[in-house]
Amino acid sequence: MKQQIEGSQAVAQAVALCRPEVMACYPISPQTHIVETLSRKVKAGEIGNCQFLNVESEFGALSVLIGASAMGARSYTATTSQGLLFMAEAVYNAAGLGLPIVMTIANRAIGAPINIWNDHSDSMAMRDAGWLQLFAEDNQEAVDLHIQAFRLAEELSCPVMVCMDGYILTHAFEEVDLPTQEQVDDFLPPFEPVQVLDPQDPVSIGAMVGPEAFTEVRYLAHHKHLQALEAIPRISQAFQDIFQRSSGGLLKQYHTDEAETLLLALGSVNGTIKDAVDDLRTEGWPVGAIQLCSYRPFPSHALRHVAHNAKRVIVIEKDLAVGNGGIVSGEVKLALQGLPTIVDTVIAGLGGRAISKAAVIDIVKAACLEGLEEPHFLDLNWEAINRELTKQAEQRRSGPTPENLLREIGLSSGKAL
Amino acid sequence: MIEIRIHGRGGQGVVTAAELLAAAAFHDGKVAQAFPSFGSERTGAPVTAFCRIDTKPIRSREPVTHPNVLFIQDSTLLHQVNVFSGLSDQGIVMMNSTRKAEELGLNDWIVQHPEVEIYSFPASDLAEKHLGRSIANVGMVAGFASVTGALTKEAVQYAIQEKFPGKLGALNVQVAAEAFDYVSSHKIGV
Repeated sequence: MKQQIEGSQAVAQAVALCRPEVMACYPISPQTHIVETLSRKVKAGEIGNCQFLNVESEFGALSVLIGASAMGARSYTATTSQGLLFMAEAVYNAAGLGLPIVMTIANRAIGAPINIWNDHSDSMAMRDAGWLQLFAEDNQEAVDLHIQAFRLAEELSCPVMVCMDGYILTHAFEEVDLPTQEQVDDFLPPFEPVQVLDPQDPVSIGAMVGPEAFTEVRYLAHHKHLQALEAIPRISQAFQDIFQRSSGGLLKQYHTDEAETLLLALGSVNGTIKDAVDDLRTEGWPVGAIQLCSYRPFPSHALRHVAHNAKRVIVIEKDLAVGNGGIVSGEVKLALQGLPTIVDTVIAGLGGRAISKAAVIDIVKAACLEGLEEPHFLDLNWEAINRELTKQAEQRRSGPTPENLLREIGLSSGKAL
Repeated sequence: MIEIRIHGRGGQGVVTAAELLAAAAFHDGKVAQAFPSFGSERTGAPVTAFCRIDTKPIRSREPVTHPNVLFIQDSTLLHQVNVFSGLSDQGIVMMNSTRKAEELGLNDWIVQHPEVEIYSFPASDLAEKHLGRSIANVGMVAGFASVTGALTKEAVQYAIQEKFPGKLGALNVQVAAEAFDYVSSHKIGV
């Protein structure tokens, strides 16, 4: 049924419809509304056979779920930012053990400086942990991806992160078509684990593996992601057959036919990018867009197939590989190697800075007319940066950089400007 | 597309105002998107929320920087925050105040923006009267619906009852009804 609903509430409803059996969550903004709603639902008995555990930390949350999933329970948690970093060791373990846990990431920047706003630094930091990572463009897709994620995770026995932009989606109040329990039950079969801790049929899980087999175990984790490249579009299609709408898949195309320039991004900024593409097309610019829905596995072949005729791909990414540049753009370059396509990196939206349609339009024109330096930082305040660099060059005790920058742009009330 | 920016202070129901607008638009069969300015909200600190209303899907995720409607729930913000930033030359301002434009120090601004319509009305007082709490948001939403016709009275009432079940909802519907009539019978364009 269509509802005007907050993104977090919608996702909580969707998770509840998936009949999770164990949830262990530690609240952190902007994920809080999701886990608060789920805890209330469990307490009210609205989710059948489900336990919600209050834990002491994110590390505790995922550690509990590793145990629960190994016992054959459908398991769910949600976190973001420092919370994801705090659970990092368990993140790798859950994937290494092949446990099909589903986790919402309400994407948020990582400190220091402390920042509660949206970018993709958190899930990017865990990109090689072995989890599948799916990114939602809007709250409808966030809902749909959670339902697909449980089926995908359990079919492959591999954990899945569903990434949705913190605040921009979690706190947006918009129209979402929430499915019925019957539809979800039709789509999502009961969890049939490939490994289970059962006193009647004892096994051990979590063996120490030495050099003789470690590489083979890692290869099999990689192989699982190669299987996911096939499973993700198939499950997306199965979802469409039941729910009558298209959601998820490896990537989505917007006016890519005969486009000379393609914009590529993850997550909610794709909405703004589509508006920019429409405006640019009206002005006669042959532009299109690719929304990367699956970031892990990285859909190199699908991307190469879509982009091979483009002259230029502009990757707009909400993350930064400090000391190198773009994370996503590097992988796009690898996918397109051997082709003459130019790949530009635009670092944008860090720590919640808004990405405007006007800025996207300007960057496309600048890239096509003059080219971009690599990487390009969108809307960077060079004046403030240069003042800080000058200060650092002039005096040894130049002080803390974040505080200096806040003073530079006049936001600090701590000291006289 | 109608793009609304709401200015108020933490604790004044600014985010709820944006959600009520979006919910009412949804009940009218329109497409709407409401979202807060994502600050670390504290009681009393300036807060902004946004709402877009359209008849086709809304894809943009950027904050509303060029609103055609402004809600100013707290007139003490007028000289603290640049509330008029980016407002359309033919924009509409819904102001929660009992004071006249010159008392608010807006005469020069009004002269410079002759096509902007400002509606100043006592949304807080109406809430105080019915609820015993001076929360302006419901009156602002109803006043906007009354002035623009962008939302039906029924949809606003429905959205209020959905957000505030029971007695609180009924009282807020009274606030909305009085604000609706007050603004339509006091075309206060300054």
